[in-house]
Amino acid sequence: MHSRLINWFKFSSPATFYPLAGRLVPWFTWGAVLLLGVGLYLSFFVAPTDYKQGEGYRIIFIHVPAAWMSMFLYLVMAGWAAIGLVFNTRLSAMMTSSLAPTGAMFAFLALWTGAFWGKPMWGTWWVWDARLTSELILLFLYIGFIALKSSIDDPRRGDRAGAILILVGVINIPIIYYSVQWWNTLHQGSTIKMSGETSMDEVMLITMLIMTFGCWSYAFATALSRVRCIILERERGTTWVQELIEKEEGRGA
Amino acid sequence: MIKTLWTVVQRDLTLALRNRSDLISNLFFFIIVVSLFPLGIGPELETLRLIAPGVVWVAALLASMLALERIFASDFDDGSLEQLLLTPQPLPLLVVGKILAHWLVTGVPLVMISPILGIQYDLSSDVLWILVVTLLLGTPALSLIGAIGAALTLGLRGGGVLNALLVMPLTIPVLIFGAGAVEASASGLGGEGHLYMMAAILVVSLVFAPLAAAAALRISVE
Repeated sequence: MHSRLINWFKFSSPATFYPLAGRLVPWFTWGAVLLLGVGLYLSFFVAPTDYKQGEGYRIIFIHVPAAWMSMFLYLVMAGWAAIGLVFNTRLSAMMTSSLAPTGAMFAFLALWTGAFWGKPMWGTWWVWDARLTSELILLFLYIGFIALKSSIDDPRRGDRAGAILILVGVINIPIIYYSVQWWNTLHQGSTIKMSGETSMDEVMLITMLIMTFGCWSYAFATALSRVRCIILERERGTTWVQELIEKEEGRGA
Repeated sequence: MIKTLWTVVQRDLTLALRNRSDLISNLFFFIIVVSLFPLGIGPELETLRLIAPGVVWVAALLASMLALERIFASDFDDGSLEQLLLTPQPLPLLVVGKILAHWLVTGVPLVMISPILGIQYDLSSDVLWILVVTLLLGTPALSLIGAIGAALTLGLRGGGVLNALLVMPLTIPVLIFGAGAVEASASGLGGEGHLYMMAAILVVSLVFAPLAAAAALRISVE
């Protein structure tokens, strides 16, 4: 029992997570480059033209993955925040702050590409539709979290205050996800369904999934690179970081 | 339990009533913001009737954000908040007491003055009633949700602005249903559905917000 517990928490220490993240970053980076390259090629040249929307529909290949990632990353942040509050691990809070900018970027991207799609299709850049509004709130939540973290000087307090804010905001995620079912407004319902018939061409669906995994890889590549910087910054007083720096300097000389 | 709650409410009310200028400035902030809109937009009664619910609700939201900064701040400054945290009574209960007292001195005056401001916007008496009811249901929810932000930003530089930044996204549903109820009843659709949603939001925030605010206070006063 005891040894299993130790295994569970092995990578919750920044000292062991730092090299692991370093090994994972190239994998995610190359995964993102490959998947996004293939996905973009498919979405621009292979996927058929939509019979109603013409070529303009192709923006969904970035819009939908970005919207999914903005919600998914918030849930990942909430998971880390809960773990951080319960087990009091330092790494969890570092992960939440490294995920936040990427999540905010995806939320912004979803809104921005949505506006570009909405102008030719709906004839307007923006409507106060339930899904658009709740996605905008999600962007505000990301920005609020980043602002709160950066205005608290004591890192321990910042970690835990940020975690509470994330957990309070998590109520917004189901509202975004179900908004098209609860309020029947301008934003269309989901085309891709977990159960039952998906009303979409197979090539389009595969392209969208490839793009989603590409965005996912990109998100984790950036988040892990960022968390490595945060770890070094926050743990700079510890011996393992000093040893690491000495080793790097020895290699450089 | 009730006695503890009552003690906290009584204490905070006494403190607030000894320092009345804070309360009055908060109330006048609300009145002035609402009165500025007709000056900026123009005095056409048609337009004013249309924007009235939104204007009154946004002004109420801003006024309660502004007032929230003080809910824990003075206790934090003189150290009595630390004593509150050390008491054996459950902290969420004490937080409920503080929020209740805060709502009584900042929220209730807004609710009471709102019909007069509604008359400035030429609202009919039925709509005025709905406006009062929505504010009565909505302002306690605003205080509850805002208390989480106030507890998180306690003693930080730029706390007031930061608190508004954190709390306003979370209060958007209250604003939507509050203004929506007034609008629906003004256009003859009946605002009952919106009122039920507001009551639901109030109940949910009454259950969860004190817990979150109590946890946030423990972090801030460590």
